[in-house]
Amino acid sequence: MAVTVRVGRATLSGLAYVGGLARLGGRAAYFTFIGPFRGRALRLERAVHQAMAVGVEALPILSLITFFIGVILALQGAYELRKFGALHYVSSAVAISMTRELGPLMTAIVVIGRSGSAFAAEIGTMKVTEEIDALQTMALDPIQFLVTPKFLAMFVMLPCLTTWADLMGILGGALFGVTNAGFTFTGYLRATLDALYLRDISSGLIKSIMFGMTITAVGCHEGFSVGAGAEEVGRSTTAAVVMSIFLVIAVDLVFTALFYFLSPK
Amino acid sequence: MIEDAKINDAIIAVLDLRVRYGEREVLHGINFDVRRYETLVILGGSGSGKSTLLRTLVGLEKPSAGEIWVKGKNIAQIPLGEMDEIRKKLGMSFQGGALFGSLTVGENVALPLREHTQLEDSTIQIIVRLKLEQVGLAGFEEYMPSQLSGGMKKRAAVARAMAMDPEILCFDEPSAGLDPIIAAGIDNLIVKLKKAFRMTIVVVTHELASAFLIADRMVLIDKGNIMAIGTPEELRASAHPRVRQFLDRVPEPEVTEELDYLQMLTEERPPRRS
Repeated sequence: MAVTVRVGRATLSGLAYVGGLARLGGRAAYFTFIGPFRGRALRLERAVHQAMAVGVEALPILSLITFFIGVILALQGAYELRKFGALHYVSSAVAISMTRELGPLMTAIVVIGRSGSAFAAEIGTMKVTEEIDALQTMALDPIQFLVTPKFLAMFVMLPCLTTWADLMGILGGALFGVTNAGFTFTGYLRATLDALYLRDISSGLIKSIMFGMTITAVGCHEGFSVGAGAEEVGRSTTAAVVMSIFLVIAVDLVFTALFYFLSPK
Repeated sequence: MIEDAKINDAIIAVLDLRVRYGEREVLHGINFDVRRYETLVILGGSGSGKSTLLRTLVGLEKPSAGEIWVKGKNIAQIPLGEMDEIRKKLGMSFQGGALFGSLTVGENVALPLREHTQLEDSTIQIIVRLKLEQVGLAGFEEYMPSQLSGGMKKRAAVARAMAMDPEILCFDEPSAGLDPIIAAGIDNLIVKLKKAFRMTIVVVTHELASAFLIADRMVLIDKGNIMAIGTPEELRASAHPRVRQFLDRVPEPEVTEELDYLQMLTEERPPRRS
């Protein structure tokens, strides 16, 4: 009895959480697509500012991480491939796993760590210092003012970052390919291009957009859920990171399955 | 039914207002009104519900029952769009200032003007300087809020609240957390604004000295109920025991009744909700 009650409660609160995320995303979408036609200006300037913080400033660390991931993939792939004397397939192994999976995923992880947590901390702190209340008393909608620019920035920047991550991963693979698998640099790149289909890249980019929306929704939702007190800001930041990672993986699973069953055989 | 005359005379009329947070009711049926151009001080101890009352007046909390008429509209039941129109003519200065940390002081004051008016940027700059000058912060436009002291933050918050030339200006604990000299400065500022502008001012405070200095009328709140309403003189002359206790600063008796004390120690507590 107690177990079913607990399962039921957990399910309900889980659904309520996802509902909260959807409501936040829906409101942000309203202010992006419908608001401008009803006299509520879209804050492009703030969105560009956010895009700098979310995207451009993440480039150095993202480049380094995905370059390493590319080398690691090549090493792990080669370990198995050389048993079959198929070391030249290392380029396609790296290219496909980077573009389809690890490029979007590693980008999402980096962005969660840098920006998802920052969203929660920013909005949470504003909640504690009554800045959110101040926005409301000035007849400014906090979602329009704070959340919509973040969604816009993430919507644009995550695919860009992912494209860059794909490239850096492939360059990482090339490092191994040139030094250990007998490729020339141009030969490696040509082999990569031969192995890739457009749908490999586009499916990764579609996933990255979904990841961006998830991260933004969770980060902002956690920020708004802060009650009173500075210690709650810390809690919400942690929750934003853990919950974002979980939901990004869940979204990843759903979309990967979708692409698998929908793709031509 | 309510007489229309009463609502028209009063810029804010509160009728049988009840507010609850979850299970706990904080305000148990409040009735009072704020007359046009007066300065009303809502006085009460910690946890009396006075801050909740102010938050409800500016639409930050939803009442669970009752009516709040602001400028002839019942804000307990109007759509958000109309509430926003009222809010544009309603300034609120928060306890900690609530300035936006990512904007300079000048940008903070300019924000409502930029968002709600079509004014030229140069005009907005002039208004910002004017408002900052009125609160004694001339020349601080380029400072970040984190570079200001507590008293200066409150002054900047007042300047921002006044940016849209509000008809009603609300203060939440204007002198809380300030030393007596700075607090007196804020009191003087409120008195000055009151004389210089035709504004209705609502101040929530627990500071007796500043309350008596700035108030035209006072509302004394205790445990979610109104204990007394009247001019400062009327309150001073009041014989109501709780009013006297508050004004004469008498602490709560430590142990009331032995049986109550025993009950306090042994009673069943409702299970804590996490």
